Amino acid sequence: MDMMTPVKDTALLDAMAFVWLEADRLDQREFDDWLGMWSADAKYIVPVEPGVTDFEAHLNYAYDDAVMRAKRVERMMGGDSVSASPLARTVRALSRFRLLSDDGVTIELRCMQTLTEYRRERMKSHVADVEFTLVREGAGLKIARKVVRLINADHTLSGISYIL
Amino acid sequence: MKDLDTPFAALVQDDKALTTLYTDPGLFEAEMDKIFTKTWVWVAHESEIATPGSYKRARVGLEPVIVTRDRKKNIHVLLNRCRHRAATVCEVSKGKTNSFVCPYHGWAYGLDGSLRGVPYEESYAGKLERGKLGLKALRTETYNGLVFATFNDEIEPLEDFLAGAKKWIDLFMKQGAGYPVKANGEHKFSFPGNWKIQLENTTDAYHFPLVHKPFLKLTDVETEEQFDIMNKGGWVEDLGNGHSVMIMMPELVDLEENLDAPIPDKFADLAQALRDEGHEEQQVRRIIRAVGGSGFNVNLFPNLGCSAAFFRVLQPVSVTETEVRHIALAMDGGPEIANRERLRIHEFFQGPMGFGSPDDAEVWDRVQQGAQGGKELWLLLNRSTETEEPTAEGTVKGDVSSEIGMRAAYRQWKKLMEA
Repeated sequence: MDMMTPVKDTALLDAMAFVWLEADRLDQREFDDWLGMWSADAKYIVPVEPGVTDFEAHLNYAYDDAVMRAKRVERMMGGDSVSASPLARTVRALSRFRLLSDDGVTIELRCMQTLTEYRRERMKSHVADVEFTLVREGAGLKIARKVVRLINADHTLSGISYIL
Repeated sequence: MKDLDTPFAALVQDDKALTTLYTDPGLFEAEMDKIFTKTWVWVAHESEIATPGSYKRARVGLEPVIVTRDRKKNIHVLLNRCRHRAATVCEVSKGKTNSFVCPYHGWAYGLDGSLRGVPYEESYAGKLERGKLGLKALRTETYNGLVFATFNDEIEPLEDFLAGAKKWIDLFMKQGAGYPVKANGEHKFSFPGNWKIQLENTTDAYHFPLVHKPFLKLTDVETEEQFDIMNKGGWVEDLGNGHSVMIMMPELVDLEENLDAPIPDKFADLAQALRDEGHEEQQVRRIIRAVGGSGFNVNLFPNLGCSAAFFRVLQPVSVTETEVRHIALAMDGGPEIANRERLRIHEFFQGPMGFGSPDDAEVWDRVQQGAQGGKELWLLLNRSTETEEPTAEGTVKGDVSSEIGMRAAYRQWKKLMEA
């Protein structure tokens, strides 16, 4: 098969557009729409140790199923959390996209993310490799798994009361 | 007041401390010298260096050390500083090795710190006293898996130092459910504030219903009820030498008592899975208890908390910056499904993205910010001073929201600073 089939080209562009939409929704605080971007059994994971792949058996910063993602949003919007009141302003950029695989149903996409946070007169930065597993559902895509590998994950972080 | 005459009376009295304890850089330097290099400081759990050749880095105060296990299984705590020209000999957080080789000129040290190799040694013409040039070793003792070290050769034995806290350490380790307790990963986070703000917090029930309201709202109903700690008959006890314990859930002091109590609904599926794996009913109940952790926090002065279900390690960085580690615990060799449940519980509250820790870090940050003002004002530590009572074991306790734990810590702080 031709390595540059039109299907794959579309897949990369579709995937990029989709994860950019996810990023924009997080920065714009469109959390209900964000929660709708995931497949039913999807996981949002922020691991501690570099290189770990069996996330369930290791300690993570976040290991969220649908219930936990909804709780994370509720905590950000609930107004009770002193670290999320006010919520940090965030701006994130995704780039260096690479389509790792596409079997027609599932797309694996890797990219980098730089996120800048501003809160209480302090600016902070979080840089990560992000691994997306996207699935074609109906006419569009859903996130089946998102793994955010912070480059300093195994070092000391400050509080992150929002979604990376 | 009886302590008005002492050198530090202007800073610490029985039931209050001056705001500058959080902000004075000179005091911070003095603390590193008079407290952290003079007392027992926790550096590791034995499981972190379980096998010969394993090591981890740590700090005693600001001084970098390596905790090692040698071939004879002895534990050493060694200053991470080449005896030649001071470079660190280890820059990896944890691992296994046969030796530590300085990257600057290649001096090589064994797991016990002894100097094993010096490149081009002939330049010393046989006069280099290798036997005196091992990595500086700290005095090291262990208690129930906890490894402590000190630069102070004159200090009392560790067990005497731990005093009344030993009983609570033993109770805490029951969350192994008969398996050895094992460190199982850690969250590290920092906050821009003084280390004593976090030290105080480990026996501060008073903040819980407010700061952790989001956690209480988002957790399950059973856990929310369990953490209604202001109304459950808990208490805080002064254990001597600056140590204290806060009992939040009196029914979870001894995890092996009252095993016939109903298994909480939140653990029903896990209990069934354990039965399906072939565990006897009593062992299922022990494991379920272990998964939930202990109902108390032991605060060991100056840097370790055995806190409900994890170790909390304090690392002062500067007068206005502190690193905190929350080390998750597991049953070593225990059922994997139960250890995974423990990880998920840890992730829920702890760490920089947990539903509890960031709110703690935020209020500690606010304390440090607020303490930039009113340096003549006192921090009030007098909750329950009027209602303290002696225990049968000769200690003193106050109600669950008492500040007796902080008073105990500051009394020890003052004793060491004045020594």
